[in-house]
Amino acid sequence: MSHWPLLFHNANLSLNPTGSLWWEGESLLCVADLHLGKSERMARRGGSLLPPYETSETLDRLSREIDALEPRNVVCLGDSFDDLESAGALGEANTERLLAMMAGRNWIWITGNHDPGPVTLPGTHCAEHHLNGLVFRHIAEPDGVGEISGHYHPKARLRLRGVGISRPCFLVDGSRLILPAFGAFTGGLCTTDAAFADVMGNDALAVLTGTKTAAIPMPRPRRRARNQEMSKTRNFPLKTSGRPRKPLL
Amino acid sequence: MPIDQPSDATRLPQHLTRWFADRGWTPHRHQLDLYERRDDPGMLLIAPTGGGKTLAGFLPTLAELGENPEPGLHTVYVSPLKALATDIRRNLSTPINDMGLTIRVEDRTGDTKATQKARQRVDPPHILLTTPESLALMLSYPEAPAIFGGVQRVVVDEIHALAESKRGDQLMLCLSRLQTISPHMRRVGLSATVEDPPALAGVLGHGSRVLLADPGPEPQIAMLETAELPPWSGMGGRHAARAVMDLVENANTTLIFINTRAQAELFFQAIWAVNSKNLPIGLHHGSLSREARLKVEQAMVAGEMRAIVCTGSLDLGIDWGNVDLVIQVGAPKNVKRLVQRIGRANHTYNAPSRAVLVPANRFEVLECRAALDAVAEHDLDGDTGRAGGLDVLCQHILLMACSGPVDPDALFAEVRTAGPYAGISRAEFDDCLEFCATGGYALKAYDRWRRLVERDGLYHLRDPRSARNLRMNVGTIVGTETLPVRLRGGGGTPLGEVEESFAASLVPGDTFLIGGQTVKFENLREMVVQVSRQPTREPRIAVFMGTKLATSTKLSERVIGILDAPGRWKSMPGYIGDWLDLQNHISRLPTPGRLLVETFQRQDRAHICVYGFAGRNAHQTLGLLLTRRMEEAGLDPLGFVSNDYALLIWGLQPVTNPAAMLTADDLRAGLDGWLASNAVMKRTFRNVATVAGLIERNMPGQRKTGRQATFSSDILYDTLLKYDPDHLLMRITRDEAARGLVDYGRIEDMLSRVEGRIDVVHAPHLTPLAAPLLLEVGKVPIRGSGRQKLEDQAVEELLAEAGLAVPAA
Repeated sequence: MSHWPLLFHNANLSLNPTGSLWWEGESLLCVADLHLGKSERMARRGGSLLPPYETSETLDRLSREIDALEPRNVVCLGDSFDDLESAGALGEANTERLLAMMAGRNWIWITGNHDPGPVTLPGTHCAEHHLNGLVFRHIAEPDGVGEISGHYHPKARLRLRGVGISRPCFLVDGSRLILPAFGAFTGGLCTTDAAFADVMGNDALAVLTGTKTAAIPMPRPRRRARNQEMSKTRNFPLKTSGRPRKPLL
Repeated sequence: MPIDQPSDATRLPQHLTRWFADRGWTPHRHQLDLYERRDDPGMLLIAPTGGGKTLAGFLPTLAELGENPEPGLHTVYVSPLKALATDIRRNLSTPINDMGLTIRVEDRTGDTKATQKARQRVDPPHILLTTPESLALMLSYPEAPAIFGGVQRVVVDEIHALAESKRGDQLMLCLSRLQTISPHMRRVGLSATVEDPPALAGVLGHGSRVLLADPGPEPQIAMLETAELPPWSGMGGRHAARAVMDLVENANTTLIFINTRAQAELFFQAIWAVNSKNLPIGLHHGSLSREARLKVEQAMVAGEMRAIVCTGSLDLGIDWGNVDLVIQVGAPKNVKRLVQRIGRANHTYNAPSRAVLVPANRFEVLECRAALDAVAEHDLDGDTGRAGGLDVLCQHILLMACSGPVDPDALFAEVRTAGPYAGISRAEFDDCLEFCATGGYALKAYDRWRRLVERDGLYHLRDPRSARNLRMNVGTIVGTETLPVRLRGGGGTPLGEVEESFAASLVPGDTFLIGGQTVKFENLREMVVQVSRQPTREPRIAVFMGTKLATSTKLSERVIGILDAPGRWKSMPGYIGDWLDLQNHISRLPTPGRLLVETFQRQDRAHICVYGFAGRNAHQTLGLLLTRRMEEAGLDPLGFVSNDYALLIWGLQPVTNPAAMLTADDLRAGLDGWLASNAVMKRTFRNVATVAGLIERNMPGQRKTGRQATFSSDILYDTLLKYDPDHLLMRITRDEAARGLVDYGRIEDMLSRVEGRIDVVHAPHLTPLAAPLLLEVGKVPIRGSGRQKLEDQAVEELLAEAGLAVPAA
């Protein structure tokens, strides 16, 4: 697995091409925004009858991570369920699969805007989880430091050699790390969106997921004036730096 | 068939006869004939442009309503264009006011104000002018029986334009519902020239009969010969700008049709470059803003324009009496469309239309020749026996459920009376009903949340509030995601729209043409492409709306026919004969019923050229399939390019036995595997899923909020492919792709026509017929193990450029 190694506030982290985060020192697997039960919730609320297979798809992906890494701890960064009722409506087979994955593991459900309270499943339910100087929460906070969060479903859009690429990505700067959504049917918010302008520092990197990871400066809205200004204040040119920089910022 | 009896104005009611007489007019023969047969359940009138078709359609209505009509809706008029509905209202009010009739005419389209719509539901006009979508919407309200209960007549204008599309399917389903609500309703269809009038009458349904108007004198069409020879490839026709300008100068008003929007922009620029007299020449295409198009149309109505460079956007619509010349730049691709375009130059009904064809390259000289012959012989092409779309039926079932509980047996019987659905089986109908009710998944996940629930044999909406969402989703045209283009500063004048993917490819400083001016891309803000004027720079071509029309089967057959008959080469410019003689000398010419395949070596690359004559889209598909097979056989294909006539593949190893590669079974097997993961399939799926109501349309204003919560239809497609590949929507998608962009049907047709009669020529070098292909744009590189690999490579290059290290694996 070609992960992206990241030293983040003294923690040696791996950003996986699947969109999960692995902290080997703590044997901790972290995933964001599973949105389990999304299609069922839309149907329940009288919306579209989407293909009802996305929960199995998401659980397939999660179990592959767990089988490969065998984590002792699992942190789900909120919006794990599309709403509080979804947790109870996953269906017997899916619930059993989830319980089998949870067995013998310290499983932490962070609450999110979609699932703001405890659900009927076992595990620890909390708004934040602190561990060795890092904090796990659903939505990035303005003064967050050493903060790992989800919520935004970031994706980066690029055009290289005539090929359009749009991929879910991690966003990382000196103080925070935002994970891509792990669930199926979750869509994404482009890094050029205004929402990221305030959240991520000027030095932010986007780590693309896919068959393997790759980091690029976080794509921003194309405004030449802003780029020039950025280069000046940050004292590094965006394109040709000459010497390789470490991803650690 | 035309009725053979003397006709004169005295057959009309007195007030109509007097009106004609007051103007010094005589009704056309077909207007009277249609009036005579006003009590027939269905009539299809086929008449050329300028023949007073629309008035013919309304004469029975004006007569039946009389001078003091009772209140209530009498006639519903449906047109494919909103603008046409507005225009007809203006045109109808003239005779109504002249005769002092108290007939109320109103239009109802997407542009109608909400207050007027509400009033129309309580107090409908005598004559309602509308579009298929607005009619579907009105029929989805519970009050529909009250509004339409007294409808006596329905008039469908430009029915030829609707008949072969999903909009037509939807309209015919709606007519069936109208007929149920008002059993005595009579139908009239108005159409331009078509290849198979009885088939079109079948689409109109209700036992419709055909009435053919006198088609008028034969059109005068010629092919333009320019001093500068057409180039070997390319489609723009810019070499002919000077000659076209001369034609414009010598005509009153000219319509210049161009096949694509980007080419229209380029040609518009080219013709202005030689417009030394500064004649008013306008531009009209679907990517321009509504305001810009309206301005051109109004100037045209006011007679202020000498010429308009336009695309299919002006195929339909208001008859401009003053047009006396039509110029078609680029091969017409389709004979029927050409005839209909030529008909636009018909300033008086009894004068011949004048038209000029301008071939844009040398292959197109052949195609233009073939098209001229076809027009002279009245040999039109067209889709035959297209069945109604099941996604449209799904939408119809849901909309009918909005209007009231649905009885499946009754609805099935009603649907079968709609022309395009006459052959639908009960099983297909039930599949659609099941999809509407439960989503139709193999896993019965939604039995609790069914959209339609059954009570006492009737299907009801489970949640009446969902009717609002369903009505928002009405319609069968799914637009590509487009972004508005505006000038930066100065209030941001709207210029038009470009595709989202095109906008995403722009880098600040890039220039492109829109609305006839070169603009520079500044930035993309809040989903608006901001540009500034850049009059001097050479533009990068705007590739908005990239799909190109493929040449019709009929026209392709005629082109082979010309190639096969050297005696006919004399009817074309001399350089064509020389070119074809040389081809015959070095290789051979394609012949009907056989397939010519050439192989030759050029610059260390082995080339293979397949003259399939199956149209651009089918050749593109064939290229993808053949290169896949070549890759499996270790022949290292490197790329291919296709046009409407042939496919050229190059690679490292020569193909020694082309016939073995071209077997239908193997190609079909490859198709299934390749097709499933193809981007064209995903695009088709998105359209089907939107029409059928699985995905809701992006509504204006919704886009900015909560975009991350939306899901991509590609992911839905992948999920269904994995877990439920036989889902109704997947089946519809496959059927549609086989006809549409993938066009596999034409490859099958070609292979079955050829039946293994493949002529292989191992030519000594590049052949004259294959040479133009090397100049074609749109070469497709073979991506080896796929797009992902290429993307990874590109990312790595970017990393290297940015000085970022690739992490150790």
